[in-house]
This record gives sequence, C-alpha cells and structure tokens, in this order.
Amino acid sequence: MYSFEVDKPDSVDAAVSALQVEDAQALGGGQTLIPTLKQRLASPSRLVSLTGIAEMKGVSSADGVVTIGGGTPHATVAAEAASAYPALAALAGNIGDPAVRNRGTIGGSLANNDPAACYPSAALASGATIVTNAREIAADDYFQGMFTTALDEGEVITSVRFPVPDAANYQKFEQPASRFALVGVFVARFADGVRVAVTGASEDGVFRWSEAEAALSDNFAPEAIDGLSLSGDGMISDLHGSGDYRAHITKVMTQRAVRAAG
Amino acid sequence: MVDVTMTVNGVSKSGAVEGRTLLSAFLRDGLGLTGTHVGCDTSQCGACVVHVNGQAVKSCTMFAVEADGATVDTIEGQAAADGSLNTIQQAFQDHHGLQCGFCTPGMVMSAAALLRDNPKPSEAEIRDYLEGNLCRCTGYHNIVKAIMAASGQDVAAIAAE
Repeated sequence: MYSFEVDKPDSVDAAVSALQVEDAQALGGGQTLIPTLKQRLASPSRLVSLTGIAEMKGVSSADGVVTIGGGTPHATVAAEAASAYPALAALAGNIGDPAVRNRGTIGGSLANNDPAACYPSAALASGATIVTNAREIAADDYFQGMFTTALDEGEVITSVRFPVPDAANYQKFEQPASRFALVGVFVARFADGVRVAVTGASEDGVFRWSEAEAALSDNFAPEAIDGLSLSGDGMISDLHGSGDYRAHITKVMTQRAVRAAG
Repeated sequence: MVDVTMTVNGVSKSGAVEGRTLLSAFLRDGLGLTGTHVGCDTSQCGACVVHVNGQAVKSCTMFAVEADGATVDTIEGQAAADGSLNTIQQAFQDHHGLQCGFCTPGMVMSAAALLRDNPKPSEAEIRDYLEGNLCRCTGYHNIVKAIMAASGQDVAAIAAE
C-alpha cells in the first residue's frame, strides 16, 4: 500500500468536510477498498473512515419501508431486517463469509457498485432510495454502469430506504472462489407490478430485465418467462462463464426466485 | 504515525502505527502476537481471524487505527494462564482438527464466534460458517467434528467415512 492518513470522524458533517481534502476517499468496512489498496490500484492521500459514525448505523422499519444506515454491516442487516424484509436479510446474510459480513457495509457496497455485488440488485429491484448527505437518488437513476454511480465526489451514502414488496426473493449463483455472484437475480412483487434486477451478468453492471418484469406482472409464476430468452451480447464473458452462459443462468435464477418468492 | 491503544486479550496495549498499518501487522510486529497468521493477505483464507469488540473479523483487512479503543481477542488469549487449552482448542487436539496448524488460529477464533451465537450448530451450519476459513490439509472433516465435539454434541454420527 502507498502511504496515507486515516481520519475517523464521528458525524456525517465532519466526514463530508474531511472528504474535501484533495485525493481523500471514503472508507466503509474496507472489504473491497483495502484489498484494492494492497494492490496499489488506488492511492488516496487520506482515508475517511465512516465506521465510527453512529448516525449512519442501524436498521429501522415503518410504514412498509425498511431504512438501513449507510454504515450498517451486512451481518446487522441479516439479523435486524429478518422480520421486516426477509429477502433482503437473506441476501445480506449470504454476502462473502461471516468475518466479511461483520465489516462490509451496505453503503460501501452500493458506492463501489461492483458488477457482481449482491446489494445493487436488491436496491434496484426494490425501487430503493439512496439517501446521501446532499440529496435522495432513486435506484433507477443511481446505477450508471460497472463501478459507476450517480454519486458526486465526496458524497456519502447516509442511508438506503427499501420499500418492502409483497413478495421477494434473491437467488445467487455463486462464483465459488470469490463468493461473488456469477449471476444474481432479485425478484420483487409489488401491488403495481414486478421488478427483476440482475447482478453479475452484464458488462453494464446491475440491470432490470424488463421483458421478465412484464411477463411476471401478468402472471407471477416461473413458467411465465419460459418463452423469454436473454441475449449473451453485452454479458460478461470470462473464464468462469461465457456471456451466453450468464444469459441462460439469469433466466434460471429468475425462475428459481419467482418459485421461492411464491 | 498515530498512537493507538486497544485492549488485547484483556490487557491494555499501545503503539504507534501508520495509517496503512493493518491490524494483523500491529498484532504480529507491534505486539509480538504471532499466533495470528497471515496466509493470503487478501481476505480469502481466514488464518488471521481475530475478534474485535466480540466480532470475528479478518485482521488483514482492517487497519490498526480502526481498532483504536476496541477490545481485541486473539488466539493467544484462548488458553488459560497455566497453558491449559480451552474447550475448542482441546477438541481440535482430541479430534485431529489440524495437521500443519497454519489455519488453526483462524479456525479456532471463527469457531468461538460461531459457538457464542449458536451453541449447538448442525454439521451444515458449521461448514457454512467456515466458508471464509481455508484449510489445505485436513479436508475440513475433523475440524467440523472438533467444533461439534466442543459444543457438546455426539460426533460418532459423523465419524470419518
């Protein structure tokens, strides 16, 4: 790692001002950023640790909306969102491994927007709202391609609001070494329609599969998408699977998610 | 350099660290607690698992400054003062849960975290919980057996096949 200083602010305001320093970068749980720093793929002058900010932690639920502080670790979401939004809690409880889940945070995951991360699919399928120190961003506007989001320089995710669907499920086909999603599909059924978000598959990062959404909104059953097929064009193709393979798995995971959501 | 202070295995310890000093490096190089092993340094293998404020974390993927003021428990704090092994360590010995022993500190610390949250885990739950702890010798079977034994369960049913 290159050398850097670490700030540990105890409020969002203090973190935002600390991030004004040139080449400063926010540090969530560090489960992605620290390995990146070790490879010298990033060289911040200063890291601003967000894990000591109490106002950015915790899970609350009211009026059909689950709100999760941006600095909340996956293990806490898995435990505390289990009754209010079981599909989201199950997703959080299957990210990485137990030690990673004790450190990695939802805000860090969404800010990084890894194309194979789990959380982006939940945020997009739920129609979540990403709340920052400056504004609120709809999930549909937030994800802008692989490792790219609507966040401005120095903007911090303070919380994420998830509308709770009538039924939902996440199915992850794991890349067994990394435990990231080779393909992950989050299906959420709301009174006004079904949303299907796919992670791991596309070169553009998480995306909504609109044809499947239309078919499942008419008939929420696995066979409703029997006739659909996704193109392998634009899908990630690597040693773990071709684009066509990922396209196929996307459909299989979608059907499994619908079956499990019931 | 910044000064950090943390309670390590019940004793207050201080030292000066850089921003980039990993907790694993501070424990090993700063405090001489070399029981915490660094296998991969990429948060894959879990040999460096310690408890920070009671939670299992990979100490190679956390900065020492982030543990300032925290309570840290490492493998060195697991045995009693007279050297007698704790229940989990003894079960690893009794059930041949280690061969080369490199992964064992992380395995024992992960097992301790599991058993605190889930005192009677099933075999499947143990295997699932150890997803982030790699062992290249044992094939995991005797590790799982040791943890089941440490939780007071009958391990005859999972005798080596």
